[in-house]
Amino acid sequence: MIEALQFEFMQHALLAGLLVSFAAGIIGSLIVVNRMVFLAGGIAHTSYGGIGLAVYFGLPIFLGASIFAVGAALLIAALTLKKRHRIDTFIGLIWAVGMAIGVIFVDLTPGYNVDLMSYLFGSILAVSSEDLYFMAALLAIILIVITFWYRDILAVSYDSEYAALRDVNVKLFYTLILILSALTVVIAIKVVGLILVIAMLTIPVYIAEKLSSSLFSMMFLSGAIATLFTLVGLWFSFTYDLTSGASIIMVSAVSLGLFLLLHKGK
Amino acid sequence: MSVIDIKNASFAYDKQMILENINLHVEEKDFLAIIGPNGGGKSTLLKLILGMIKPKTGSVSVLGKAPSKSLTHIGYVPQNTNVNTDFPIKVIEVVMMGHVGGKRPLFGYGKDEVLCAMGALAQVGMEEYAHSKIGALSGGQRQRVMIARALCAHPQILILDEPTSSIDISGQKEIYDLIKILNKSITIIVVSHDISVILEYANKAAHINKTLSYHDISDKQKTFHTHGDDEHFCEVELLQMLGSEACDTCEPETAPKWRVKK
Repeated sequence: MIEALQFEFMQHALLAGLLVSFAAGIIGSLIVVNRMVFLAGGIAHTSYGGIGLAVYFGLPIFLGASIFAVGAALLIAALTLKKRHRIDTFIGLIWAVGMAIGVIFVDLTPGYNVDLMSYLFGSILAVSSEDLYFMAALLAIILIVITFWYRDILAVSYDSEYAALRDVNVKLFYTLILILSALTVVIAIKVVGLILVIAMLTIPVYIAEKLSSSLFSMMFLSGAIATLFTLVGLWFSFTYDLTSGASIIMVSAVSLGLFLLLHKGK
Repeated sequence: MSVIDIKNASFAYDKQMILENINLHVEEKDFLAIIGPNGGGKSTLLKLILGMIKPKTGSVSVLGKAPSKSLTHIGYVPQNTNVNTDFPIKVIEVVMMGHVGGKRPLFGYGKDEVLCAMGALAQVGMEEYAHSKIGALSGGQRQRVMIARALCAHPQILILDEPTSSIDISGQKEIYDLIKILNKSITIIVVSHDISVILEYANKAAHINKTLSYHDISDKQKTFHTHGDDEHFCEVELLQMLGSEACDTCEPETAPKWRVKK
């Protein structure tokens, strides 16, 4: 694999893997402790609608997907904060309708046969320099938010009712977590694809949670574990000519299995 | 001085009347027990006092101001402190959530906040657990941490919602003994199902089932004494006594509907 590093696409792949894994570790921790996994899944799949729109209107894919995903995040935040009944039904609906919109717009695009599979399962070997800038900018934003508002995010995540009594703007931070999740999902589409992204947001976090005594250490440990899984997955993908996203997820899943076996013995 | 003053307050969710014409005066350093059946409106009354909801009619004032303005002087210990025990958070971080006011550092927590939190933990006898994960504690220890979190704001009023619902009997007594000590300087309001325990510690009792019946029980504590006593009252008898108009020190109120017929 070392000799492969002379290729620019391989350098991009590694860099993208690092940036996305770290973002996924941090945001995945927030998603897991806030029990938002299903919401994040809904946002991930809905963002396909944005991909379809971007293809149809000739916009950058990241831009279309980001706008659509953030829109879905805002809608889901509004629905959840109102504590409407049947919220799970609504998320399931948004999930499917988003994908349907994407498929129809791709159908409508004349003469363009988009590779659907690359968005569903990732295409880390096709990361451009612009993609890398976008990923790095998002990771920077996430780090800034975590640094300055850690205590508010912690309070809202741990006990939102009490946080509200202590004048923390619960709705704002809840929505912010969902928006950051949406953007993280979008950058992860390149690496593992929008179907597999949930595994990337949860498996490293699940392992890190057992080993951490604070949310802060959990976030960075998840980031490190996700990075490791991504690198090992990429190696498998390169050596045995397998789909990168699926390889990363399988490495994560097998590692989780081993971790649970070893952890149980303790 | 009256710290909580509720006048003719009513509250309804949609058309369902939850609280009707509530009048309640809590004096400084009272230990008020709020009892009553499930769905009787106990939690709704707490939400009114905490300013989380507003009464449809009537008024609620806390320390002479609107509840939302006095929030920084109220310590609150919510029900169900056993949820979210997998959360990776240290005891001290939980306690620091209670901190209000003062200068806030650019990131993380200030030195004064850490000191204040350690002081609150010492007050409840939990300082050695400051860096433990919250999930590693027992139910009773976790309840102490939640009390410390409430104390972190140096409250004048401490409100506890079912503080012992998930704790074993000996743990319950420890929690109430702790609350009793805190009561020397802080006004206490406790919501509980466990009326026999609560009446042993409280000096006032309010029974809520849509309407409120209020009882000064400070001179009746011997009568209500239920622990280590052969002739203790069972809970039904206690409820009957509190619901009864024959109680001579009580303010006259209409008898609650749940009252058991003799």
